[in-house]
Amino acid sequence: MSITKRFWISLVFSLPMLANMILIPFGWMLPGGDWTQLILTTVVMVVSAGPFIKSAWASFTKHHSNMDTLVAIGTATAYFYSIYAMATGQPVFFESAAFVTTFVLLGQVFEERMRNNASNAVEKLVNLQAKDAEVLRDGQYVRVPLEEVVSGDVLRVKPGQKIPVDGVIIKGSSSVDESMVTGESMPVEKTVDDAVIGSTINSNGTFLFKANKVGDQTMLAQIVELVKKAQNSHAPIQKLTDKVSDIFVPVVLIIAILTFLVWYVFLAASLANALIFAVSVVVIVCPCALGLATPTALMVGTGCGAKMGVLIKNGEVLEAVNDVKTVVFDKTGTITEGQPKVTDVVGDEQRVLTVAASLEEASEHPLAAAILKRAKALNLTGQTAQQFQAVEGKGVQAVLGGQTAVVGNHKLLADFKFDAAMEQREAALQDAGKTVVYVGVDDRIIGMIAIQDVPKETSKQAIADLKARGLKTVMLTGDNERVAKAVANEVGIDQVIADVLPSDKADHVQALQKSGKVAFVGDGINDAPALTVADVGIAMGSGTDVAIDAGGIVLVKNDLRDVDRALALSRKTFNRIKLNLFWAFIYNVLGIPVAAGLFFAVGLSLSPELAGLAMAFSSLSVVTSSVLLNKAKIETRARVA
Amino acid sequence: MVKVIVLIVGLVIIGFILWWFFGKHTVNAVSAESNGQTQQINIDVNGGYSPENVVLKKGVPAVLNFTRRDSSTCLDHVVFSDFGINQTLPKNEAQSIKIDTSKAGEYQWACGMDMFHGKLTIK
Repeated sequence: MSITKRFWISLVFSLPMLANMILIPFGWMLPGGDWTQLILTTVVMVVSAGPFIKSAWASFTKHHSNMDTLVAIGTATAYFYSIYAMATGQPVFFESAAFVTTFVLLGQVFEERMRNNASNAVEKLVNLQAKDAEVLRDGQYVRVPLEEVVSGDVLRVKPGQKIPVDGVIIKGSSSVDESMVTGESMPVEKTVDDAVIGSTINSNGTFLFKANKVGDQTMLAQIVELVKKAQNSHAPIQKLTDKVSDIFVPVVLIIAILTFLVWYVFLAASLANALIFAVSVVVIVCPCALGLATPTALMVGTGCGAKMGVLIKNGEVLEAVNDVKTVVFDKTGTITEGQPKVTDVVGDEQRVLTVAASLEEASEHPLAAAILKRAKALNLTGQTAQQFQAVEGKGVQAVLGGQTAVVGNHKLLADFKFDAAMEQREAALQDAGKTVVYVGVDDRIIGMIAIQDVPKETSKQAIADLKARGLKTVMLTGDNERVAKAVANEVGIDQVIADVLPSDKADHVQALQKSGKVAFVGDGINDAPALTVADVGIAMGSGTDVAIDAGGIVLVKNDLRDVDRALALSRKTFNRIKLNLFWAFIYNVLGIPVAAGLFFAVGLSLSPELAGLAMAFSSLSVVTSSVLLNKAKIETRARVA
Repeated sequence: MVKVIVLIVGLVIIGFILWWFFGKHTVNAVSAESNGQTQQINIDVNGGYSPENVVLKKGVPAVLNFTRRDSSTCLDHVVFSDFGINQTLPKNEAQSIKIDTSKAGEYQWACGMDMFHGKLTIK
């Protein structure tokens, strides 16, 4: 029988007794008196409380005890004592057994609902999945169930449809709403060669894409897997409750017996009163609240993170975040875009870029890619270059429309005329940490192109947020000091450690750990050791799989501001866990003495019914407090200040 | 006189509780049945888990079949925190849980409220 049914039966059969209790002062009595009460309570005991007793007995035979042990002993004591009292003509308290059962079940009904509420983040993620897909089969687009899509299939997505799996666009373009997976609120423009994520929503264009990840390989599937693991992980703070829960129930039973003995034997209370105190003790304690305090908050916190695109892998990470003093960043791809971009063009921009683009067209150098991209953005088409020639260690040379043109590094300066105005600009660019490419025609340098791996737009804000939180920020990079310093100054990083060999990153993190816990933020394969060594490894979602595996927190949308959000969320969740545990402990610590009648002299005591009600609501309040975490605002300090 | 008897009985019960719950009671480890390709074991959920100490062979895909016969809400989920498994156990229905046995070690499982525990040894 379901808990809800047991609750309703218990309630219906308890109500007449409640009426009896309230109306006795007005002269109304339950017809049949004690006999009616006996019958009503027997029904409650058999139907509603029976399962508690069965479960308690089953665990007793295994040398275990739990919540049900307490409820069973409490209600059975009240019930059987009342039968004895009835037989010997003393006052009965059947209603206690019935009310306690009703309240406990009421608490469990709510609690079950709340627990489902707490854990449904994963379900919501899974439901994002598209059900079918339009796949190219034998030259025609046909609708097939999602399971039949294989890697390499070409799929068509129309406006308003869900993108079924992960892949790369091969034709068409559109803007895509990725908020459900990455938490990014703005639609993202996608065109040929851009990656699309399964389960995101295509808004205005139609495009074709080639599936590259299907089934449990898709980003969404991986996120679901991660969140599931996180939600069920163990936080170290739980070790305490693990220990307590093992001894909790037997200890409470002993306290209850002692309560009874003290009242009955030493304080000469009546048998009935001594029993009432003992039953109250058994009924008021709630080991469940202790057991639920951590897992429910963890579940809501990690689920909440998943919605924002912040994946916290487990409870251990969550707890470690709390003491982080220093945040260390990798530079390339983390603070910066990871791709060099043209930032300045000195000289006649059109001409300089045209010449450079014509010469670099065939090159695969990353700097060449930056130049070509900029030329394309300005709609400049290169001229046909002839007699290509690499100038050893300096650059490339070719003939363009009858003139000799050259593109290369500063070693070219030895052979070309370079005017003073340009020299000044050159110094400024280099001080700003930019790489300068020189463009020459005939015997003169006609211009320079400055290229830099620029910081992401959000990096500055992200660093400011962290600093507002009182954290020290450090940048680790393999680049030279000058380039590193320039970027650091631009985004506001406190300390720069440059010229770091990839293999030494972890050592530097360890050195920083001497002055407090360190979080490391990175994205590349070479960051993996540092991510592992750091107390909290934060991997950028755009990064390599290796880095994502090594990190304890993954930022899906590649926005550095999420570092601050991740820290804020972790702290909030951890504080909620602490609050829950505090409340659960305090409740039990205060509840037992009150129920045992320690404050009876000052008029403070609890009947078993009230104890049962308090118990039901203590575990309910813990779960509610966890669920409310969903509503908590995650604020970044800098914007508040 | 009555009070003295009650006191003695009370103390005896306390002693019994201490011995019953905190005394050393051996729990036998039970190995899963293996046919070389897979290994399986049925776990009865009733006031705890029996067996509650399960030994699995490393590298052989394993399935644990949990059947809950207890109506306690405490036992309605089984959680393997190391494997990210949180499975609901509808009453009187066998629920199969696949365990990745690629890494040797000792793993705990628990009920949804972390009150009942079981141990999984992979070797």
